[in-house]
Amino acid sequence: MASTLYEKLWQNHIIEEKADETPLIFVDRHLIHEVTSPQAFANLKFHNRALRHPERTIATMDHNISTRSIEINAAGEGAANQLRTLEKNCKEFGVELFGMGHKNQGVVHVMGPELGLTLPGTVIVCGDSHTATHGAFGALAFGIGTSEVEHVFATQTLRQTKAKTMRIEVKGQVAAGISAKDIILAIIGKTGSAGATGYVVEYCGEAIERLTMEERMTVCNMSIEFGAKAGLIAPDETTFAYLKGRDYSPKGELWEQAVTDWKQLKSDTDATFDSYLTLEAKDIKTQVTWGTTPGQVTQVDNVIPSPEDFSDPVERDSCVAALKYMGLTAGTKITDITINKVFIGSCTNSRIEDLRAAAAIAKGKKVSPTVDAIVVPGSYRVKAQAEAEGLAQTFIDAGFEWRLPGCSMCLGMNDDVLTEGDRCASTSNRNFEGRQGRGSRTHLVSPELAAASAIAGHFVDLTTINSPAKGA
Amino acid sequence: MENFTQHYGLVVPLDAANVDTDQIIPKQFLQKTTRTGFGQHLFNDWRYLDNDGKVNNPEFILNKPEYKDASILLTGENFGCGSSREHAPWALQEYGFKVIIAPSFADIFYANCINIGVLPITLTAAEITELFKQSKDSLQHLTVDLATSKVKSADKEYSFTMTPFHKYCLENGVDSVGWTLNKIAKIESYEAKMPAWQ
Repeated sequence: MASTLYEKLWQNHIIEEKADETPLIFVDRHLIHEVTSPQAFANLKFHNRALRHPERTIATMDHNISTRSIEINAAGEGAANQLRTLEKNCKEFGVELFGMGHKNQGVVHVMGPELGLTLPGTVIVCGDSHTATHGAFGALAFGIGTSEVEHVFATQTLRQTKAKTMRIEVKGQVAAGISAKDIILAIIGKTGSAGATGYVVEYCGEAIERLTMEERMTVCNMSIEFGAKAGLIAPDETTFAYLKGRDYSPKGELWEQAVTDWKQLKSDTDATFDSYLTLEAKDIKTQVTWGTTPGQVTQVDNVIPSPEDFSDPVERDSCVAALKYMGLTAGTKITDITINKVFIGSCTNSRIEDLRAAAAIAKGKKVSPTVDAIVVPGSYRVKAQAEAEGLAQTFIDAGFEWRLPGCSMCLGMNDDVLTEGDRCASTSNRNFEGRQGRGSRTHLVSPELAAASAIAGHFVDLTTINSPAKGA
Repeated sequence: MENFTQHYGLVVPLDAANVDTDQIIPKQFLQKTTRTGFGQHLFNDWRYLDNDGKVNNPEFILNKPEYKDASILLTGENFGCGSSREHAPWALQEYGFKVIIAPSFADIFYANCINIGVLPITLTAAEITELFKQSKDSLQHLTVDLATSKVKSADKEYSFTMTPFHKYCLENGVDSVGWTLNKIAKIESYEAKMPAWQ
């Protein structure tokens, strides 16, 4: 029978599927960090249970670390306690940890792929909802809660209900200067914030196939923002070329065997999905969110919508509440909205290509005197490369702060928080109320638009500025 | 995990869609290494006017005195979206909620609730609208019976569905890790057949 990519991954990982029990699947790779693991380790100890596969578990410190200092105490007592607890637990259970200042340390979803820990055809989980990022490699990857983290520790398996399947095709080619962030925000704008709840989404079509691995990660990263269990892109030559020779990628004969297996990982041409969505790439414009869910998004040359624009009563009420929180008036041109903060970073947009794209816009320009802008690379490897390529200096010369790697202002668990009334152009993934600080207002954008807005002090239509755009 | 069979309690209607886990428990309270201590910070930014959690927002429905003992949360679609933080259902549970009723839940949040013994119930949008109306008109108590999958008001019954295994785990307070460890032979047999690169 014809199968989708998801169904193949599922079938390859089933340990037990019975009528009266939730299916049991194997987990190949478990990524952990300081915030969602301590209670799982504590329960393991309480029950005197072993961690089944320490070698399949990798830890990093990312969520609440300081981006100003590698000192473990630099982000406060609570953070330090969690970081030390992770250190202690990793030592006790034999888990490899990329701790403060380690050359492999980074945001978990940046670190995994760049080290070759993320492989096609595997199941990857992490106590973090943006684990969907790793689906860019054709891995079934999804976020889990702490009770599930404990289950994976003890058994290297999870109980999962089989998801429905959705195919999202982006036909043709995007215009010059349109980024992967614009593609995924445009998709979420179509589906709404819960459009894929209960589904695993497979992205396909020419515009997706043409993306680099880093761009594919940006797309898959935000799958959770429209409710999807996971996002997938079938692995191809782009995937294999990216992975070959990475630290943890298979080597020699194992590599050859792996690639042979990975080439089978695509949806059969006659496979059927439970749901379909098609977008024309040429119609996708630069995106900016205006509300408090990622689905409240429009294009930069548009205006703030009015509640009357929505026929669905829930969407209408959400629009009223969002405009109030965001301090915005219907009909305002997006390009007339001034911002005072810019954040370039997060597991969505902190990889080297993101920094190159932002630096290309910032080169030779100055951040507006009314804006504070920070750039937070996704990992120490990204940081080193950006410094070697001169990108860091470009940012510094333009007046951006160049910080140490971490999750930083995406969720503001450290001291990188906005204050009430701040309005931020952010390359992160969530514009929820208070996400970046109580009473603060977040607009999700691409790295290109974040950089351009930092310079202008307001959102700008990138087609009106003269700059070497990515993909041009 | 505590087992769940039946619950009778007061409903508090929180009429909002897409309530994300950042609202349920904001990030500044995620630095604990325990499963407790989250209930006092539930819905912090909506519930308190100050940053120290000392000044109640009188407008927020959980702060209204008549809802003080509520144990059933009635809410809008896509409840629990966003971050996977299990701290969100921990906070709801510690505050005193045993049951959450909504037209839909985010997937990870739903699984987290099942895993800690909070009952997430999905009813149709029309049924939710009806329950909201009743709960806003006057204080409403509901009986939730897991064995028969029914929610009962004074004059009406609503049916919900749940997978048999989820139901079994909730009814019996199953230790899911222990349950799976009993199947270790099956896991070992899977591991023995995996390709070497995997």
